[in-house]
Amino acid sequence: MIRLPPFTYLAPGTVDAAARLMAEHGRDAMLVAGGTDLYPNMKRRQFEPKVLVGLRGIRELRGVRGSASGWTIGAATTLSAVTAHPGIARDFPALATAAGLVSSPQLQNMGTIGGNVCVDTRCNYYNQSYEWRKAIGFCMKKDGDICLVAPGSSRCWAVSSSDTAPVLWALGARVRLIGAGGERTVPMPALYRDDGIEYLAKRPDEVVADILLPPAEGWRSAYLKLRRRGSFDFPVLGVAVAARMDGDIVRDARIVLGAVASLPRPAERAAAALVGQRVTRELIARVADLAAGPAKPLDNTDFTHPYRKKMTRVFVARALAAVAGLQNGSAASEEVA
Amino acid sequence: MKVRVALSVNGESREALVPVHKTLLEVLREDLGLTGTKHGCELGECGTCTVLLDGEPVLSCLALPVETEGCRITTVEGMAEGGRLHPLQQAFAELGAAQCGYCTPGILLTATALLADRPSPTRQEVKDALAGNLCRCTGYTKILDAVELAALRMGRQEART
Ligand SMILES: Cc1cc2nc3c(=O)[nH]c(=O)nc-3n(C[C@H](O)[C@H](O)[C@H](O)COP(=O)(O)OP(=O)(O)OC[C@H]3O[C@@H](n4cnc5c(N)ncnc54)[C@H](O)[C@@H]3O)c2cc1C
Ligand code: SF4
Ligand code: FES
Ligand code: FES
Repeated sequence: MIRLPPFTYLAPGTVDAAARLMAEHGRDAMLVAGGTDLYPNMKRRQFEPKVLVGLRGIRELRGVRGSASGWTIGAATTLSAVTAHPGIARDFPALATAAGLVSSPQLQNMGTIGGNVCVDTRCNYYNQSYEWRKAIGFCMKKDGDICLVAPGSSRCWAVSSSDTAPVLWALGARVRLIGAGGERTVPMPALYRDDGIEYLAKRPDEVVADILLPPAEGWRSAYLKLRRRGSFDFPVLGVAVAARMDGDIVRDARIVLGAVASLPRPAERAAAALVGQRVTRELIARVADLAAGPAKPLDNTDFTHPYRKKMTRVFVARALAAVAGLQNGSAASEEVA
Repeated sequence: MKVRVALSVNGESREALVPVHKTLLEVLREDLGLTGTKHGCELGECGTCTVLLDGEPVLSCLALPVETEGCRITTVEGMAEGGRLHPLQQAFAELGAAQCGYCTPGILLTATALLADRPSPTRQEVKDALAGNLCRCTGYTKILDAVELAALRMGRQEART
Protein backbone atom coordinates (compact mmCIF):
# COMPACT_ATOMS: atom_id res chain seq x y z
CA MET A 1 0.00 0.00 0.00
CA ILE A 2 1.19 3.51 -0.80
CA ARG A 3 -0.13 5.37 2.19
CA LEU A 4 -0.85 9.03 2.82
CA PRO A 5 1.51 10.84 5.18
CA PRO A 6 -0.17 11.76 8.48
CA PHE A 7 -2.07 15.05 8.84
CA THR A 8 -4.81 16.70 10.84
CA TYR A 9 -8.08 17.15 8.94
CA LEU A 10 -10.20 20.24 9.53
CA ALA A 11 -13.69 20.55 8.07
CA PRO A 12 -14.91 24.16 8.25
CA GLY A 13 -18.56 24.91 7.47
CA THR A 14 -18.04 28.18 5.60
CA VAL A 15 -15.56 29.60 3.10
CA ASP A 16 -14.64 32.39 5.51
CA ALA A 17 -13.77 29.84 8.18
CA ALA A 18 -11.68 27.87 5.66
CA ALA A 19 -9.72 30.99 4.71
CA ARG A 20 -9.15 31.84 8.39
CA LEU A 21 -7.88 28.33 9.11
CA MET A 22 -5.52 28.56 6.15
CA ALA A 23 -4.14 31.89 7.38
CA GLU A 24 -3.80 30.56 10.92
CA HIS A 25 -1.82 27.44 9.90
CA GLY A 26 0.26 29.18 7.23
CA ARG A 27 2.66 27.02 5.26
CA ASP A 28 1.68 23.87 7.17
CA ALA A 29 -1.81 23.82 5.67
CA MET A 30 -3.32 22.99 2.29
CA LEU A 31 -6.85 23.12 0.93
CA VAL A 32 -8.43 19.95 -0.36
CA ALA A 33 -11.64 19.57 -2.36
CA GLY A 34 -12.04 16.28 -4.25
CA GLY A 35 -8.50 15.21 -3.36
CA THR A 36 -8.00 13.58 -6.78
CA ASP A 37 -4.93 15.69 -7.51
CA LEU A 38 -3.67 16.30 -3.98
CA TYR A 39 -3.94 12.79 -2.52
CA PRO A 40 -1.93 11.03 -5.25
CA ASN A 41 0.68 13.79 -4.91
CA MET A 42 0.75 13.35 -1.13
CA LYS A 43 1.15 9.59 -1.54
CA ARG A 44 4.20 10.29 -3.73
CA ARG A 45 5.41 12.76 -1.07
CA GLN A 46 5.21 15.76 -3.36
CA PHE A 47 3.27 17.46 -0.56
CA GLU A 48 3.29 16.67 3.13
CA PRO A 49 0.93 19.21 4.72
CA LYS A 50 0.47 18.89 8.48
CA VAL A 51 -3.07 20.25 8.21
CA LEU A 52 -5.70 19.72 5.53
CA VAL A 53 -8.61 22.13 5.28
CA GLY A 54 -11.42 20.20 3.59
CA LEU A 55 -13.87 22.08 1.38
CA ARG A 56 -16.33 19.25 0.68
CA GLY A 57 -18.65 20.03 3.56
CA ILE A 58 -19.12 23.69 2.59
CA ARG A 59 -22.58 24.01 1.06
CA GLU A 60 -22.11 27.48 -0.42
CA LEU A 61 -19.33 26.09 -2.62
CA ARG A 62 -21.58 23.65 -4.46
CA GLY A 63 -23.90 24.08 -7.42
CA VAL A 64 -24.43 25.99 -10.65
CA ARG A 65 -26.61 29.11 -10.61
CA GLY A 66 -27.80 31.10 -13.61
CA SER A 67 -28.86 34.76 -13.66
CA ALA A 68 -29.13 37.67 -16.10
CA SER A 69 -25.47 38.46 -15.51
CA GLY A 70 -24.32 34.96 -16.43
CA TRP A 71 -23.55 31.71 -14.64
CA THR A 72 -21.93 31.11 -11.26
CA ILE A 73 -20.29 27.74 -10.65
CA GLY A 74 -19.39 26.96 -7.03
CA ALA A 75 -15.78 25.82 -6.83
CA ALA A 76 -16.62 22.50 -5.13
CA THR A 77 -19.10 21.52 -7.85
CA THR A 78 -17.96 18.19 -9.26
CA LEU A 79 -16.83 17.90 -12.86
CA SER A 80 -19.67 15.41 -13.47
CA ALA A 81 -22.19 18.00 -12.29
CA VAL A 82 -20.66 20.66 -14.56
CA THR A 83 -20.81 18.35 -17.60
CA ALA A 84 -24.36 17.25 -16.84
CA HIS A 85 -25.73 20.77 -16.32
CA PRO A 86 -28.07 21.55 -19.24
CA GLY A 87 -27.48 25.33 -19.09
CA ILE A 88 -23.70 24.91 -19.22
CA ALA A 89 -23.93 22.38 -22.06
CA ARG A 90 -26.13 24.81 -24.03
CA ASP A 91 -24.23 28.06 -23.41
CA PHE A 92 -20.66 26.80 -23.02
CA PRO A 93 -20.29 23.50 -24.87
CA ALA A 94 -16.48 23.76 -24.64
CA LEU A 95 -16.68 23.76 -20.82
CA ALA A 96 -19.04 20.77 -20.69
CA THR A 97 -16.70 18.96 -23.11
CA ALA A 98 -13.53 19.80 -21.16
CA ALA A 99 -14.96 18.77 -17.79
CA GLY A 100 -16.22 15.55 -19.38
CA LEU A 101 -12.75 14.72 -20.72
CA VAL A 102 -10.91 15.01 -17.40
CA SER A 103 -9.33 11.69 -16.36
CA SER A 104 -12.03 9.05 -15.89
CA PRO A 105 -15.73 8.89 -14.92
CA GLN A 106 -14.95 8.02 -11.29
CA LEU A 107 -12.51 10.92 -11.01
CA GLN A 108 -15.09 13.29 -12.54
CA ASN A 109 -17.53 12.21 -9.81
CA MET A 110 -14.96 13.20 -7.17
CA GLY A 111 -12.89 16.01 -8.70
CA THR A 112 -14.16 19.58 -8.54
CA ILE A 113 -13.89 22.50 -10.93
CA GLY A 114 -12.09 24.60 -8.29
CA GLY A 115 -9.53 21.84 -7.86
CA ASN A 116 -9.25 21.60 -11.62
CA VAL A 117 -8.30 25.24 -12.11
CA CYS A 118 -5.78 24.93 -9.24
CA VAL A 119 -4.44 21.52 -10.31
CA ASP A 120 -0.69 21.07 -9.82
CA THR A 121 1.58 21.50 -12.84
CA ARG A 122 3.06 18.31 -14.28
CA CYS A 123 6.38 16.99 -15.55
CA ASN A 124 7.77 13.54 -16.39
CA TYR A 125 10.47 14.05 -13.76
CA TYR A 126 8.04 15.11 -11.05
CA ASN A 127 4.95 12.89 -11.30
CA GLN A 128 6.85 9.87 -10.04
CA SER A 129 7.16 8.00 -6.79
CA TYR A 130 9.49 9.28 -4.09
CA GLU A 131 11.90 6.38 -4.74
CA TRP A 132 11.99 7.10 -8.49
CA ARG A 133 12.71 10.78 -7.92
CA LYS A 134 15.35 9.97 -5.33
CA ALA A 135 17.06 7.49 -7.65
CA ILE A 136 17.31 9.91 -10.56
CA GLY A 137 18.13 12.91 -8.36
CA PHE A 138 15.52 15.35 -7.10
CA CYS A 139 14.59 18.41 -9.15
CA MET A 140 13.83 21.92 -7.91
CA LYS A 141 10.05 21.49 -7.91
CA LYS A 142 10.44 19.15 -4.95
CA ASP A 143 13.46 18.35 -2.77
CA GLY A 144 16.18 19.30 -5.29
CA ASP A 145 17.75 22.40 -6.79
CA ILE A 146 18.16 21.85 -10.53
CA CYS A 147 15.77 21.34 -13.43
CA LEU A 148 16.20 17.96 -15.11
CA VAL A 149 14.48 19.06 -18.33
CA ALA A 150 16.44 22.25 -18.80
CA PRO A 151 19.52 21.80 -16.57
CA GLY A 152 20.78 25.35 -17.13
CA SER A 153 17.45 26.88 -16.20
CA SER A 154 16.84 28.82 -13.01
CA ARG A 155 13.13 28.09 -13.14
CA CYS A 156 10.81 25.08 -13.31
CA TRP A 157 8.95 24.43 -16.57
CA ALA A 158 6.33 21.98 -15.29
CA VAL A 159 3.23 22.06 -17.45
CA SER A 160 -0.20 23.49 -16.69
CA SER A 161 -2.39 20.42 -17.26
CA SER A 162 -5.93 21.55 -16.46
CA ASP A 163 -8.58 20.82 -19.07
CA THR A 164 -11.04 23.47 -17.88
CA ALA A 165 -8.60 26.37 -17.26
CA PRO A 166 -7.91 27.19 -20.96
CA VAL A 167 -11.63 26.96 -21.69
CA LEU A 168 -12.63 29.23 -18.80
CA TRP A 169 -9.94 31.72 -19.87
CA ALA A 170 -11.25 31.68 -23.47
CA LEU A 171 -14.82 32.18 -22.23
CA GLY A 172 -13.84 35.29 -20.28
CA ALA A 173 -14.53 33.74 -16.88
CA ARG A 174 -13.63 35.40 -13.59
CA VAL A 175 -12.89 33.80 -10.23
CA ARG A 176 -14.10 35.01 -6.86
CA LEU A 177 -11.42 34.52 -4.23
CA ILE A 178 -12.14 34.66 -0.51
CA GLY A 179 -9.13 35.16 1.77
CA ALA A 180 -8.65 35.84 5.44
CA GLY A 181 -8.25 39.53 4.57
CA GLY A 182 -11.35 39.84 2.38
CA GLU A 183 -12.57 38.91 -1.05
CA ARG A 184 -11.74 39.90 -4.62
CA THR A 185 -12.86 38.88 -8.08
CA VAL A 186 -10.21 38.57 -10.79
CA PRO A 187 -10.21 37.54 -14.44
CA MET A 188 -8.86 34.00 -15.09
CA PRO A 189 -5.48 35.19 -16.42
CA ALA A 190 -4.81 36.89 -13.07
CA LEU A 191 -5.01 33.53 -11.29
CA TYR A 192 -1.85 32.21 -12.93
CA ARG A 193 1.90 32.83 -12.99
CA ASP A 194 4.42 31.61 -15.53
CA ASP A 195 6.29 29.37 -13.13
CA GLY A 196 6.11 25.60 -12.73
CA ILE A 197 6.40 25.78 -8.94
CA GLU A 198 4.53 28.93 -7.94
CA TYR A 199 1.95 28.54 -10.70
CA LEU A 200 -0.90 30.28 -8.89
CA ALA A 201 -0.95 34.04 -8.37
CA LYS A 202 -3.29 33.89 -5.39
CA ARG A 203 -2.32 33.90 -1.71
CA PRO A 204 -2.33 30.43 -0.09
CA ASP A 205 -5.17 31.40 2.26
CA GLU A 206 -7.39 32.50 -0.63
CA VAL A 207 -10.08 29.97 -1.49
CA VAL A 208 -11.50 29.91 -5.00
CA ALA A 209 -15.17 30.33 -4.09
CA ASP A 210 -16.92 30.67 -7.45
CA ILE A 211 -16.23 30.73 -11.14
CA LEU A 212 -18.26 33.44 -12.87
CA LEU A 213 -19.14 33.14 -16.53
CA PRO A 214 -20.52 36.08 -18.50
CA PRO A 215 -23.77 35.51 -20.47
CA ALA A 216 -23.12 33.46 -23.62
CA GLU A 217 -24.69 36.13 -25.91
CA GLY A 218 -23.64 34.89 -29.31
CA TRP A 219 -20.36 33.30 -28.14
CA ARG A 220 -19.66 29.83 -29.48
CA SER A 221 -16.93 27.61 -28.15
CA ALA A 222 -15.05 24.37 -28.70
CA TYR A 223 -12.36 22.40 -26.82
CA LEU A 224 -10.04 19.75 -28.21
CA LYS A 225 -7.73 17.53 -26.19
CA LEU A 226 -4.75 15.42 -27.18
CA ARG A 227 -3.71 12.46 -25.05
CA ARG A 228 -2.43 8.91 -25.54
CA ARG A 229 -5.46 7.00 -24.25
CA GLY A 230 -9.13 7.99 -24.45
CA SER A 231 -9.39 7.97 -20.65
CA PHE A 232 -7.28 8.59 -17.52
CA ASP A 233 -4.62 10.66 -19.26
CA PHE A 234 -4.01 14.34 -18.63
CA PRO A 235 -3.95 16.59 -21.71
CA VAL A 236 -0.60 16.95 -23.44
CA LEU A 237 -2.28 19.60 -25.56
CA GLY A 238 -5.61 21.37 -25.06
CA VAL A 239 -7.06 23.91 -27.47
CA ALA A 240 -9.93 26.17 -26.41
CA VAL A 241 -11.54 28.48 -28.95
CA ALA A 242 -14.36 30.92 -28.25
CA ALA A 243 -15.78 33.28 -30.86
CA ARG A 244 -18.68 35.71 -31.05
CA MET A 245 -20.12 35.47 -34.52
CA ASP A 246 -22.37 37.79 -36.45
CA GLY A 247 -23.55 35.62 -39.32
CA ASP A 248 -20.28 34.32 -40.73
CA ILE A 249 -18.27 37.36 -39.59
CA VAL A 250 -16.21 37.02 -36.41
CA ARG A 251 -16.83 39.93 -34.00
CA ASP A 252 -14.59 38.76 -31.17
CA ALA A 253 -12.39 35.72 -30.58
CA ARG A 254 -10.13 34.09 -28.00
CA ILE A 255 -7.82 31.13 -28.48
CA VAL A 256 -6.16 29.64 -25.40
CA LEU A 257 -3.76 26.68 -25.38
CA GLY A 258 -3.42 24.22 -22.52
CA ALA A 259 -0.44 21.99 -21.64
CA VAL A 260 2.10 23.98 -23.66
CA ALA A 261 3.51 26.09 -20.81
CA SER A 262 3.37 26.48 -17.03
CA LEU A 263 0.10 28.37 -17.42
CA PRO A 264 -2.69 28.42 -20.03
CA ARG A 265 -1.23 30.27 -23.01
CA PRO A 266 -3.39 32.72 -25.01
CA ALA A 267 -2.72 33.00 -28.75
CA GLU A 268 -3.58 36.68 -28.98
CA ARG A 269 -2.24 37.50 -32.44
CA ALA A 270 -4.06 34.55 -33.91
CA ALA A 271 -7.33 35.56 -32.29
CA ALA A 272 -6.93 39.17 -33.43
CA ALA A 273 -6.45 37.99 -37.03
CA LEU A 274 -9.97 36.54 -36.93
CA VAL A 275 -11.80 39.69 -35.87
CA GLY A 276 -13.88 41.38 -38.55
CA GLN A 277 -13.22 38.53 -40.99
CA ARG A 278 -15.40 36.00 -42.71
CA VAL A 279 -14.23 32.50 -41.72
CA THR A 280 -12.84 30.67 -44.73
CA ARG A 281 -10.54 27.66 -44.99
CA GLU A 282 -7.67 30.02 -45.96
CA LEU A 283 -8.24 32.24 -42.93
CA ILE A 284 -8.35 29.18 -40.65
CA ALA A 285 -5.02 27.94 -42.01
CA ARG A 286 -3.40 31.34 -41.46
CA VAL A 287 -4.78 31.72 -37.93
CA ALA A 288 -3.74 28.16 -37.02
CA ASP A 289 -0.16 28.95 -38.06
CA LEU A 290 -0.17 32.09 -35.94
CA ALA A 291 -1.63 30.21 -32.95
CA ALA A 292 1.09 27.57 -32.98
CA GLY A 293 3.64 30.37 -32.42
CA PRO A 294 3.13 30.82 -28.67
CA ALA A 295 3.06 27.04 -28.09
CA LYS A 296 6.53 26.19 -26.79
CA PRO A 297 6.17 22.67 -25.43
CA LEU A 298 9.24 21.18 -23.76
CA ASP A 299 10.32 17.56 -23.61
CA ASN A 300 8.66 16.85 -20.25
CA THR A 301 5.28 15.24 -21.00
CA ASP A 302 4.04 12.31 -23.03
CA PHE A 303 4.72 12.48 -26.80
CA THR A 304 7.58 14.38 -28.41
CA HIS A 305 7.45 18.15 -28.16
CA PRO A 306 7.79 18.75 -31.93
CA TYR A 307 4.71 16.57 -32.42
CA ARG A 308 2.75 18.48 -29.79
CA LYS A 309 3.71 21.75 -31.46
CA LYS A 310 2.60 20.43 -34.87
CA MET A 311 -0.67 19.21 -33.40
CA THR A 312 -1.33 22.70 -32.01
CA ARG A 313 -1.77 23.94 -35.57
CA VAL A 314 -3.98 20.98 -36.50
CA PHE A 315 -6.15 21.32 -33.41
CA VAL A 316 -6.59 25.09 -33.68
CA ALA A 317 -7.73 24.63 -37.29
CA ARG A 318 -10.21 21.92 -36.27
CA ALA A 319 -11.54 23.88 -33.32
CA LEU A 320 -12.01 27.00 -35.46
CA ALA A 321 -13.81 24.99 -38.13
CA ALA A 322 -16.09 23.54 -35.45
CA VAL A 323 -16.90 26.97 -34.01
CA ALA A 324 -17.56 28.40 -37.48
CA GLY A 325 -19.69 25.38 -38.42
CA LEU A 326 -17.28 24.44 -41.22
CA GLN A 327 -16.03 21.05 -40.11
CA ASN A 328 -16.66 18.00 -42.23
CA GLY A 329 -18.37 15.14 -40.46
CA SER A 330 -18.62 14.95 -36.69
CA ALA A 331 -16.42 17.11 -34.51
CA ALA A 332 -14.37 14.71 -32.40
CA SER A 333 -13.46 16.46 -29.16
CA GLU A 334 -10.23 14.61 -28.64
CA GLU A 335 -7.56 12.75 -30.46
CA VAL A 336 -5.91 9.69 -29.06
CA ALA A 337 -2.59 8.92 -30.62
CA MET B 1 -4.83 12.11 14.57
CA LYS B 2 -7.32 9.27 15.19
CA VAL B 3 -10.99 9.81 14.57
CA ARG B 4 -14.12 7.80 15.16
CA VAL B 5 -15.95 7.42 11.88
CA ALA B 6 -19.51 6.18 11.47
CA LEU B 7 -20.02 4.76 8.00
CA SER B 8 -23.02 3.25 6.30
CA VAL B 9 -21.64 0.28 4.35
CA ASN B 10 -23.96 -2.02 2.39
CA GLY B 11 -26.90 -0.88 4.49
CA GLU B 12 -25.18 -1.53 7.84
CA SER B 13 -23.81 1.14 10.17
CA ARG B 14 -20.18 0.47 10.91
CA GLU B 15 -17.94 2.38 13.28
CA ALA B 16 -14.18 2.47 13.37
CA LEU B 17 -11.48 4.36 15.25
CA VAL B 18 -8.86 5.08 12.60
CA PRO B 19 -6.06 7.52 11.80
CA VAL B 20 -7.67 10.29 9.75
CA HIS B 21 -5.16 9.82 6.94
CA LYS B 22 -6.23 6.24 6.24
CA THR B 23 -8.10 6.06 2.94
CA LEU B 24 -11.55 4.55 2.62
CA LEU B 25 -9.92 1.65 0.74
CA GLU B 26 -7.56 0.96 3.65
CA VAL B 27 -10.34 1.22 6.24
CA LEU B 28 -12.70 -1.05 4.28
CA ARG B 29 -10.02 -3.70 3.86
CA GLU B 30 -8.04 -3.43 7.08
CA ASP B 31 -10.49 -2.21 9.70
CA LEU B 32 -13.86 -3.46 8.46
CA GLY B 33 -12.66 -6.75 6.98
CA LEU B 34 -14.23 -6.04 3.59
CA THR B 35 -11.50 -7.25 1.27
CA GLY B 36 -13.74 -7.50 -1.78
CA THR B 37 -12.61 -4.00 -2.73
CA LYS B 38 -9.22 -4.40 -4.39
CA HIS B 39 -6.17 -2.19 -4.27
CA GLY B 40 -4.26 -1.66 -7.47
CA CYS B 41 -2.34 1.51 -8.27
CA GLU B 42 -3.65 3.43 -5.22
CA LEU B 43 -3.18 6.61 -7.26
CA GLY B 44 -6.45 6.90 -9.20
CA GLU B 45 -5.09 5.27 -12.32
CA CYS B 46 -6.84 1.88 -12.54
CA GLY B 47 -10.39 1.87 -11.08
CA THR B 48 -10.18 -1.45 -9.26
CA CYS B 49 -10.90 0.19 -5.88
CA THR B 50 -14.21 1.63 -7.14
CA VAL B 51 -17.08 1.69 -4.64
CA LEU B 52 -20.45 3.43 -4.88
CA LEU B 53 -21.01 6.56 -2.83
CA ASP B 54 -24.74 7.34 -2.81
CA GLY B 55 -24.93 5.24 -5.96
CA GLU B 56 -22.10 7.03 -7.82
CA PRO B 57 -18.85 5.24 -8.66
CA VAL B 58 -15.83 6.78 -6.88
CA LEU B 59 -12.30 5.63 -6.11
CA SER B 60 -11.88 4.48 -2.53
CA CYS B 61 -8.08 4.84 -2.76
CA LEU B 62 -8.54 8.64 -3.03
CA ALA B 63 -11.35 9.14 -0.50
CA LEU B 64 -11.09 9.65 3.24
CA PRO B 65 -13.67 8.04 5.53
CA VAL B 66 -14.26 11.42 7.26
CA GLU B 67 -15.33 12.74 3.86
CA THR B 68 -17.86 9.96 3.32
CA GLU B 69 -19.74 10.06 6.60
CA GLY B 70 -23.45 10.46 5.93
CA CYS B 71 -23.17 8.81 2.49
CA ARG B 72 -24.34 5.33 1.51
CA ILE B 73 -21.30 3.22 0.65
CA THR B 74 -21.77 0.10 -1.48
CA THR B 75 -18.99 -2.44 -1.95
CA VAL B 76 -19.02 -5.67 -3.95
CA GLU B 77 -20.00 -7.54 -0.76
CA GLY B 78 -23.31 -5.67 -0.87
CA MET B 79 -24.31 -6.86 -4.33
CA ALA B 80 -25.61 -10.40 -3.73
CA GLU B 81 -28.95 -10.59 -1.95
CA GLY B 82 -29.90 -13.46 0.34
CA GLY B 83 -27.15 -15.65 -1.07
CA ARG B 84 -28.26 -15.03 -4.67
CA LEU B 85 -25.77 -13.41 -7.01
CA HIS B 86 -26.68 -10.07 -8.54
CA PRO B 87 -27.58 -10.52 -12.25
CA LEU B 88 -24.32 -8.76 -13.16
CA GLN B 89 -22.30 -11.21 -11.07
CA GLN B 90 -24.22 -14.13 -12.59
CA ALA B 91 -23.59 -12.90 -16.14
CA PHE B 92 -19.87 -12.25 -15.44
CA ALA B 93 -19.50 -15.81 -14.12
CA GLU B 94 -21.39 -17.39 -17.00
CA LEU B 95 -19.61 -15.53 -19.79
CA GLY B 96 -16.09 -15.67 -18.38
CA ALA B 97 -15.97 -11.90 -17.98
CA ALA B 98 -13.67 -12.38 -15.00
CA GLN B 99 -10.31 -14.04 -15.53
CA CYS B 100 -7.92 -13.18 -12.72
CA GLY B 101 -10.86 -11.28 -11.24
CA TYR B 102 -8.82 -8.41 -9.87
CA CYS B 103 -10.70 -5.69 -11.78
CA THR B 104 -14.08 -7.41 -11.33
CA PRO B 105 -15.40 -5.81 -8.11
CA GLY B 106 -14.77 -2.31 -9.44
CA ILE B 107 -16.30 -3.12 -12.80
CA LEU B 108 -19.37 -4.75 -11.25
CA LEU B 109 -20.06 -1.68 -9.15
CA THR B 110 -19.47 0.76 -12.00
CA ALA B 111 -21.84 -1.30 -14.15
CA THR B 112 -24.41 -1.34 -11.33
CA ALA B 113 -24.43 2.46 -11.32
CA LEU B 114 -24.76 2.54 -15.11
CA LEU B 115 -27.74 0.17 -15.16
CA ALA B 116 -29.47 2.14 -12.41
CA ASP B 117 -29.25 5.22 -14.66
CA ARG B 118 -29.75 3.48 -17.99
CA PRO B 119 -31.45 0.10 -17.84
CA SER B 120 -30.74 -0.67 -21.51
CA PRO B 121 -27.50 1.05 -22.45
CA THR B 122 -25.96 0.91 -25.92
CA ARG B 123 -22.57 -0.74 -26.23
CA GLN B 124 -20.97 2.69 -26.54
CA GLU B 125 -22.65 3.79 -23.30
CA VAL B 126 -21.28 0.70 -21.54
CA LYS B 127 -17.80 1.47 -22.88
CA ASP B 128 -18.02 5.12 -21.79
CA ALA B 129 -19.22 4.17 -18.31
CA LEU B 130 -16.42 1.63 -17.87
CA ALA B 131 -13.71 3.96 -19.25
CA GLY B 132 -12.28 4.35 -15.74
CA ASN B 133 -11.78 0.62 -15.08
CA LEU B 134 -8.74 -1.12 -16.47
CA CYS B 135 -8.66 -4.88 -17.09
CA ARG B 136 -5.39 -6.57 -17.97
CA CYS B 137 -6.87 -9.99 -18.81
CA THR B 138 -10.12 -10.16 -20.69
CA GLY B 139 -9.65 -7.76 -23.58
CA TYR B 140 -12.96 -6.20 -22.40
CA THR B 141 -15.25 -7.88 -24.97
CA LYS B 142 -16.63 -10.41 -22.50
CA ILE B 143 -17.11 -7.69 -19.91
CA LEU B 144 -19.19 -5.64 -22.34
CA ASP B 145 -21.15 -8.76 -23.32
CA ALA B 146 -21.83 -9.62 -19.68
CA VAL B 147 -23.09 -6.14 -18.84
CA GLU B 148 -25.44 -6.32 -21.82
CA LEU B 149 -26.68 -9.78 -20.83
CA ALA B 150 -27.32 -8.64 -17.28
CA ALA B 151 -29.17 -5.57 -18.55
CA LEU B 152 -31.37 -7.78 -20.70
CA ARG B 153 -32.16 -10.14 -17.83
CA MET B 154 -32.81 -7.33 -15.38
CA GLY B 155 -35.18 -5.76 -17.92
CA ARG B 156 -37.11 -9.04 -18.27
CA GLN B 157 -37.29 -9.48 -14.52
CA GLU B 158 -38.65 -5.96 -14.23
CA ALA B 159 -41.25 -6.69 -16.91
CA ARG B 160 -42.40 -9.83 -15.04
CA THR B 161 -42.87 -8.13 -11.69
C1 LIG C 1 -5.30 9.34 -12.95
C2 LIG C 1 -5.62 10.81 -12.96
C3 LIG C 1 -5.90 11.43 -14.15
C4 LIG C 1 -6.19 12.79 -14.21
N1 LIG C 1 -6.45 13.35 -15.41
C5 LIG C 1 -6.74 14.67 -15.49
C6 LIG C 1 -7.04 15.26 -16.74
O1 LIG C 1 -7.09 14.58 -17.77
N2 LIG C 1 -7.26 16.61 -16.80
C7 LIG C 1 -7.23 17.36 -15.67
O2 LIG C 1 -7.46 18.56 -15.80
N3 LIG C 1 -6.98 16.82 -14.46
C8 LIG C 1 -6.76 15.49 -14.33
N4 LIG C 1 -6.50 14.93 -13.11
C9 LIG C 1 -6.36 15.79 -11.91
C10 LIG C 1 -7.61 15.97 -11.08
O3 LIG C 1 -8.35 14.78 -10.98
C11 LIG C 1 -8.51 17.07 -11.61
O4 LIG C 1 -7.75 18.18 -12.00
C12 LIG C 1 -9.56 17.49 -10.59
O5 LIG C 1 -10.46 18.40 -11.17
C13 LIG C 1 -8.95 18.15 -9.35
O6 LIG C 1 -10.00 18.54 -8.51
P1 LIG C 1 -10.05 18.11 -6.98
O7 LIG C 1 -11.26 18.73 -6.40
O8 LIG C 1 -9.94 16.65 -6.84
O9 LIG C 1 -8.73 18.81 -6.48
P2 LIG C 1 -7.88 18.58 -5.15
O10 LIG C 1 -7.00 17.41 -5.32
O11 LIG C 1 -8.76 18.61 -3.96
O12 LIG C 1 -7.00 19.91 -5.18
C14 LIG C 1 -6.09 20.19 -6.21
C15 LIG C 1 -5.31 21.46 -5.84
O13 LIG C 1 -6.18 22.59 -5.85
C16 LIG C 1 -6.27 23.19 -4.57
N5 LIG C 1 -7.69 23.54 -4.41
C17 LIG C 1 -8.75 22.70 -4.54
N6 LIG C 1 -9.91 23.39 -4.43
C18 LIG C 1 -9.55 24.68 -4.22
C19 LIG C 1 -10.31 25.89 -4.02
N7 LIG C 1 -11.65 25.90 -4.03
N8 LIG C 1 -9.61 27.05 -3.83
C20 LIG C 1 -8.26 27.05 -3.83
N9 LIG C 1 -7.50 25.96 -4.02
C21 LIG C 1 -8.15 24.78 -4.20
C22 LIG C 1 -5.74 22.16 -3.59
O14 LIG C 1 -5.13 22.80 -2.49
C23 LIG C 1 -4.72 21.43 -4.44
O15 LIG C 1 -3.51 22.14 -4.47
C24 LIG C 1 -6.22 13.55 -13.01
C25 LIG C 1 -5.96 12.92 -11.80
C26 LIG C 1 -5.66 11.56 -11.76
C27 LIG C 1 -5.40 10.91 -10.44
S1 SF4 D 1 10.43 21.26 -15.31
FE1 SF4 D 1 12.42 20.83 -14.31
S2 SF4 D 1 12.20 21.62 -12.20
FE2 SF4 D 1 10.15 21.50 -13.09
S3 SF4 D 1 9.34 19.51 -12.43
FE3 SF4 D 1 10.31 19.18 -14.45
S4 SF4 D 1 12.44 18.62 -14.01
FE4 SF4 D 1 11.57 19.46 -12.14
S1 FES E 1 -6.39 1.49 -6.64
FE1 FES E 1 -7.74 3.17 -6.76
S2 FES E 1 -7.66 3.70 -8.84
FE2 FES E 1 -6.16 2.12 -8.72
S1 FES F 1 -9.88 -10.11 -15.12
FE1 FES F 1 -7.78 -9.80 -14.64
S2 FES F 1 -7.66 -7.62 -14.63
FE2 FES F 1 -9.64 -7.94 -15.38
